[in-house]
Amino acid sequence: MWDAFGFEFVNFYLIPGLVLGCIYALGAIGITLTFGILRFANFAHGEVMMSGAYIAWTIMALVGAAGIALHPLVALPFAAIFVIGLFLLCDRWFYKPFRKADTIKIVIASFGVMLIIRSAVQALWGPNQITFVPGIARPNAWLQSVTGDAGMMILMPNKHLWIFAGTILLVVALSYLLNRTRTGKAMRAVSDSPDLAHVTGINVETVIKATWIVGGICATAAGVFLVMDTQTLETTMGFRMLLPMFAAAILGGIGKPYGAVFGGLVIGLAEELSAYPWIGDTPLLSPGYKTGVAFAIMVVMLIVRPQGLFKGRSF
Amino acid sequence: MEAYLGYFLYLLSLLTVGGIYAIFALGLNVQWGFAGLFNAGIVGFVAVGAYVYALLTTAESTFHIGGFGLPLPVGMAIAMAMAALIAGLIGLVCIRLRSDYLAIATIGIAEIIKLIFKNETDITNGPRGINKIPRAWEHFSEERFYSSAPMSWIATPEQWVAFFDSLPNWYWQPLFAGTILLVVFIIYKMLERARTSPWGRMMTAIRENEPASRAAGKDVTKRRIEAFVIGAAIMGLGGALFAQHLRLIEPTNTFDPSKVTFLVWVMLIAGGSGNNRGAILGAFLIWTIWSASELLIAGMIDVISAVFSTLDPSILATRAGFLRMMLIGILMQVILQRYPGGILPEVRPASPKAEKTVAGATGETK
Repeated sequence: MWDAFGFEFVNFYLIPGLVLGCIYALGAIGITLTFGILRFANFAHGEVMMSGAYIAWTIMALVGAAGIALHPLVALPFAAIFVIGLFLLCDRWFYKPFRKADTIKIVIASFGVMLIIRSAVQALWGPNQITFVPGIARPNAWLQSVTGDAGMMILMPNKHLWIFAGTILLVVALSYLLNRTRTGKAMRAVSDSPDLAHVTGINVETVIKATWIVGGICATAAGVFLVMDTQTLETTMGFRMLLPMFAAAILGGIGKPYGAVFGGLVIGLAEELSAYPWIGDTPLLSPGYKTGVAFAIMVVMLIVRPQGLFKGRSF
Repeated sequence: MEAYLGYFLYLLSLLTVGGIYAIFALGLNVQWGFAGLFNAGIVGFVAVGAYVYALLTTAESTFHIGGFGLPLPVGMAIAMAMAALIAGLIGLVCIRLRSDYLAIATIGIAEIIKLIFKNETDITNGPRGINKIPRAWEHFSEERFYSSAPMSWIATPEQWVAFFDSLPNWYWQPLFAGTILLVVFIIYKMLERARTSPWGRMMTAIRENEPASRAAGKDVTKRRIEAFVIGAAIMGLGGALFAQHLRLIEPTNTFDPSKVTFLVWVMLIAGGSGNNRGAILGAFLIWTIWSASELLIAGMIDVISAVFSTLDPSILATRAGFLRMMLIGILMQVILQRYPGGILPEVRPASPKAEKTVAGATGETK
């Protein structure tokens, strides 16, 4: 079972797929919550995520100039504060005026916000790639030796371990929030039926704020994890991530955070595994089409089962 | 005189590109303004039109498939037909999706189309793109055109060379701009006819109240697919003209969604969705702002780099280019919030019967 193929499969396809899946999952949580509670597809989500990664890089560079090498995960909470602020400002300026209007207006507005944020980042930091953390990531030596002794060697750099740990932590915290706290329950209530929630005395505006805050934290984490994984910062990464994240949200069912996590993992795995040589020696799908897999899954889901796997909302 | 020539050519290029965008905006107006279909994948149809035109009309090449050297109008017609065909296939499966789902799906499809153009290197030359695309009117001065029929019937190649040498090298610019404006005018006339026809009124009814028009026995799905296909065909034609204007197309930067899809949306919203004149006005207006802001920002950079001599003007120049996009984005937000109808809001065509009764009730003669 665990031969050269298994080694290759797990280390070069399965683990990168799971890492990518974690990143998509975190991004999709924000999208699915906004879609469920505010009822619109937020096209600006990817760009906000990207700006969070840029802020984290700037914090690291500033602290680094003072001679302290900061781990990206330390910079993450500070970047998250900024991203939450950005989300709330966008909501106040661009989304709130359309709260009672047609959904489509707010979608167009978010389309505009996407471009505004991206061009602002491009103007401030320049359009070129920036190296996030230089150097080659070595596999974790301890994990390598332990699993190597057991006969199935796993090569995992520390960054991937951090990404897994961070994702699990955030998802556990999210499930605590949604199931145990008053705000979380109110969020779920508004997502299920805004009118009923309003009648029971839930302050919808507070819930919307909470949504942006939760979405902001997850989006920043997704952005920082993505640049930790690829080690480069690009201004186009927000748009590149946007469609896979939508795909994950739709796959899991709109308004279902756990569905989004599951959907993210499926999309991430599907993208990576589509390049695995399942039949013969050549990749099943040319790696150039890897990003197309998510779009294809999404389009098929929209047509076949628009409510998603977990019976989310379908409009 | 020389200075005026420069202004004249700048005006012509504004009209050329503005006209191409007006064609895109008219196409989007059929989909969004008439039928209420949120197509966020304009760039996909534009790319199909541009690539089909480029492959059919370029001279034979080793870099990409064919280079079939077909006459230009044939290339444009097939480009239009291909865009329509692809839109038809997409429409069959996606048209029943709700507005923002349709937006997500069309963005995804546009990205898949671009991915195919990027990865099928044997057919499209991949990221390196296709160059030497013949441009209408300018192509007459290329050897393969004047040395073959029908141009060779009129005069010998030597005579043609002498003739083109006697013309100024910008001779094709007014002709090309004129052709594009003519195309805009023809499409406008046809769409105005469609809008005031029963078909156009039915589209409005479907957009405003789908259950009611369904109850009235209208085939909503079919009408929507029609609008989607017609809009996409117009975009494909625009794409063919876009390829002519650029003469070099490649999948990533030429067909940047923010510079095609988004700009066209801003144009239509600014001009007034549902109004064909508004679409044309918005296209020329936004393109002029876009184009003029480049000059404005260039002027600002001169001032800034004169004041702060420590800043590198070349870095400023590359970054300031992005401020234009931001400006357009903010402009769109302002229009959306303050003037939701656009500059020229939609005017509903009254049905001929209704006009008569009004005239009769007030005792006026029409």
